[in-house]
Amino acid sequence: MAELRKDEKIIEIVNVSKIFDETAAVEDVNLYVRKGEFITLLGPSGCGKTTTLRMIAGFDIPTSGKILLNGKDITDLPPNKRPVNTVFQRYALFPHYNIYDNVAFGLKLKKIPVTYINDKGETYTKLRKLTRKEIDEKVKNALAVVDLEGFEKRSVSTLSGGQQQRVAIARAIINEPEILLLDEPLGALDLKMRKEMQIELKEMHRKLGITFIYVTHDQEEALTMSDTIVVMKDGRIQQIGTPTAIYNEPANAFVADFIGDSNILSGTMVGRYSVRFCNKNFKCVDDFEKNEKVDVVVRPEDVKMTAPEDGMLTGKVVSVVFKGVHYEITAMVGRSEMVIQSTQSRNIGDVIGMVIEPDDIHIMKKEFTVNKYDGYITKKNTVVFGDGEFECDVTQLYPGSHLDEEGYLITADGERIDLTDIDVTVEVDLKNIEISDNADEGGACGHIVSLIYKGDHYQYIVRTEENEEDFVFDSEDLWNENDYVSVKIKPENIRLTLKQENK
Amino acid sequence: MIKVHFSRKQLCIPYALFLALFVVFPMLMILFYAFTDTVDGSITFTFANFINFFTSTAKLSTLLMSFTVAIISTAICLLIGYPIAYILARSKLRRRNVLLMLFIMPMWINFVLRINALRDLLDVINLLGTQNYLNTIIGMVYDFLPFMILPLYTTLEKLDNSYLEAASDLGGNKFTVFSKVTLPLSMPGVISGITMVFMPSMTNYVVSDTLGNFNITILGKLINEYFTTYDNWHMGSMISIILLVIIFLTLLATGGLKDSKTEARGANLW
Repeated sequence: MAELRKDEKIIEIVNVSKIFDETAAVEDVNLYVRKGEFITLLGPSGCGKTTTLRMIAGFDIPTSGKILLNGKDITDLPPNKRPVNTVFQRYALFPHYNIYDNVAFGLKLKKIPVTYINDKGETYTKLRKLTRKEIDEKVKNALAVVDLEGFEKRSVSTLSGGQQQRVAIARAIINEPEILLLDEPLGALDLKMRKEMQIELKEMHRKLGITFIYVTHDQEEALTMSDTIVVMKDGRIQQIGTPTAIYNEPANAFVADFIGDSNILSGTMVGRYSVRFCNKNFKCVDDFEKNEKVDVVVRPEDVKMTAPEDGMLTGKVVSVVFKGVHYEITAMVGRSEMVIQSTQSRNIGDVIGMVIEPDDIHIMKKEFTVNKYDGYITKKNTVVFGDGEFECDVTQLYPGSHLDEEGYLITADGERIDLTDIDVTVEVDLKNIEISDNADEGGACGHIVSLIYKGDHYQYIVRTEENEEDFVFDSEDLWNENDYVSVKIKPENIRLTLKQENK
Repeated sequence: MIKVHFSRKQLCIPYALFLALFVVFPMLMILFYAFTDTVDGSITFTFANFINFFTSTAKLSTLLMSFTVAIISTAICLLIGYPIAYILARSKLRRRNVLLMLFIMPMWINFVLRINALRDLLDVINLLGTQNYLNTIIGMVYDFLPFMILPLYTTLEKLDNSYLEAASDLGGNKFTVFSKVTLPLSMPGVISGITMVFMPSMTNYVVSDTLGNFNITILGKLINEYFTTYDNWHMGSMISIILLVIIFLTLLATGGLKDSKTEARGANLW
């Protein structure tokens, strides 16, 4: 019976989106939570995890989509009507109440059904408030659960951050909610305190047996505590799975980069269960199409160091950092960097061999292989796309054509064509985009919104402000996130094709 | 050559001088006049003024009148000001700064001009001369409303939304959230607003004279009369001292003198 209950869906989020001032904080999220589960929403700030939590709590109403609790639609229900309680990021303890009144706040508002039997022997139920004694009893129990016996009369301001955190938890669990929502509850605590609270929260979850939905940006916290992790980015779910699955089989380069340390390298499939990276072929367990470009993820602890002659790869050690339990060794393999975690140390300059087991090579589809845009040709025979204007070679649209003095295109057959306003599809390879600090130098300008290190280069995304067009490209240079840059593309690297309908 | 060294202590000299000249000295003078009397050109120490005040029905009724005017004006200001401040501070109105400005702007227009305009307005609707008491209250409310709105707005605007969310998360409906969280947490603003309105409306006799057609006498007017009409500085000073004590006691009662903690700080800052 208990096993069966565990599989019941307590919360179901169906096609939920939330739009604030025209920007989507959460986009088309589908998710369900099982009864009694400890589920963590994990992602960088601004990924939509807190908004998702707030929609479950009822503080925000989804722009579209449904939220079901035990199969019933609660999308528009106000927070006080939901059997859900929240532990807030900054605790939100009421400063005008002492600890007792803070913890008892929910109980004092609660009404419980009581069945009476009247003189005629008829039974009827009435709602009544809890008695003072019942409340006292429950507050005492709740404070005992969080290890704060005897704190009833203290005022909030005399408590340390960790103690306030505990009061916030007691205040929430005393109402016996079906789901406890925790919004980065440990964010304001120091490292040691955080580790202790992680263990205590996990223990509390086990004892109380209620569902915990936990929000954090700390991947280690998520891995330690959760039954299930939901990785989010830009308002979308990237991957849902157990900590082990998320760690060992990340769905994409973002998840791999966000969860734990990883070496992310560019590779090419060379055959069934065979991938080539760092100029060597490796056996692997994932099957992709031959010649497909892929991201290869190898965890630092999965790289075994050997003598140079025994290694599948050889490299030269460039840095060694002692991390307490292990050493973090960085070796250059050709132009790629490989980070290794090992209990053995090496000296800088040593040549080492490296072995990676097929099981430890995680292959994922490359997210971007080419930038594609819709654009049009201007009077000056330049092309407008991605919020910018670029010089290009329009003669590629018609093989064998050339331009006359007035800027008209003369096809191989001698036909004269005015290209102005013709719609085209534009393609630019990732390696053919350059960026510059000088805003006037390139065709379009934007901010660097993402960078992921891929062994021997970084993959950047530059997003323009006007229409949020993305330029994805690889570069060996290091730029900072949020840098404002202009995008340069050489005319010969802009591939144009006519759109079908204009032909 | 004389070298002049300025230490931090010396920097306070101008202020100390100012305080001594314009605060401490006048206070001592009032105290001196209050407890003395001039009999045949010679000054004698006496409690007569004090006893006189609390035995004279005319003076006590003026005190009572001042209290009622001040209490009613303050209550009306609070009843009107709180909802306005709440709406301005908590709603997501885009133009709320402009709205707030509109409510505050009367403060920048000359006081006499405003009161005389109100007098003409009351004359037009035939209230002037017939409803002296009502007119005085209307004048006080009109004049002091911004002083009530501003501290309330500041407190409510700074109120952390997560407190309200927490209260509703714990089962509170809109009314409970307001009565158990919003209102108690905005008390510093309420107290600040009450002090800003209550004290001046006990003494501002320009309002009561102009709008009450010189028929409403409040303490401020009484003090003025003793100093000018009756030329009795001793009684005038005694009434001033009594008013001072009353104000001090009101402050004490409302908790306005408490060492304000973080929540209260904002309310007094404006």
